[in-house]
Amino acid sequence: MNWTWFHRLGSPPHVYGFAARWAPWFGGAATLAIVIALYGGLVLAPEDYQQKDAFRMVYVHAPSAWLSLMAYSTMAVAAAVGLIWRMKVAHSAAAACAPIGAWFTVAALGTGMLWGKPMWGTYWVWDPRLTAELLLLFLYFGYMGLRAAIEDPQKADKASAVFAIVGVVNVPIIKFSVNWWNSLHQEATVMRMGKPTMNFDMLWPLLLMFVGFALYFAAVVLIRLRAELLRRERGASWVRGVLA
Amino acid sequence: MNEFFAMDGYGIYLWPSFALGIGVIVLNVILAWRSLAAAKLDARRRLEMQA
Repeated sequence: MNWTWFHRLGSPPHVYGFAARWAPWFGGAATLAIVIALYGGLVLAPEDYQQKDAFRMVYVHAPSAWLSLMAYSTMAVAAAVGLIWRMKVAHSAAAACAPIGAWFTVAALGTGMLWGKPMWGTYWVWDPRLTAELLLLFLYFGYMGLRAAIEDPQKADKASAVFAIVGVVNVPIIKFSVNWWNSLHQEATVMRMGKPTMNFDMLWPLLLMFVGFALYFAAVVLIRLRAELLRRERGASWVRGVLA
Repeated sequence: MNEFFAMDGYGIYLWPSFALGIGVIVLNVILAWRSLAAAKLDARRRLEMQA
């Protein structure tokens, strides 16, 4: 098997160039997908027979929550790659994921609270799903705090990578908390074994929103990755070339 | 139009929810670009000092 592509991922100038080329394409595609999904979710999708129009909050809440988990999983995988292969670019990628994941955890919690009030009668309960999602926010804070607190970049990489890998245990806990424990939160309707339980007219805008959020995540990670690489490599000769 | 914004009486929850989601999307793009601009400025200063 040809591993050249993998070795190229370890090259900061190569990855910087790749990120500069592809971020606008991902960003453009994400904007298109999110705008169409918003129209589909807010205008075209029929109202739910139980939740009426309140169910439309799913189009912002579910993709935010999913992205908060995907960002953490990506961060942990990148951290593990950085730790195992001593790849600085991978540590930079992990660092680029953290603030985005933290913001989308805030969005997931906030939109969940706004959905919880009319459906459950309260903004917050110490439910397993909600509590584990709040813990995810603290894990992001911990990761970013740890990186910021250690001056030596290599030590910061190692310590934060171990932290990210240990914390990834919270991801399946969040995902399966609604199955493992009694929960006010509804069970999965899309990402579950078997067919989704949603009507197709409601489902397609949600699936498109997931695609849009994934593309958006890729675009923003690539922009942040460029910033991380420049900070880390600011004395390197290739930086002179890209800034000229 | 009013009916659309009322959202069956759930508009007071639904629109802030969408505002928060879209706000986080826009904010993350701004923060990422600012981070990149700051990193470029810092790298340029470093190169000028080396020259």
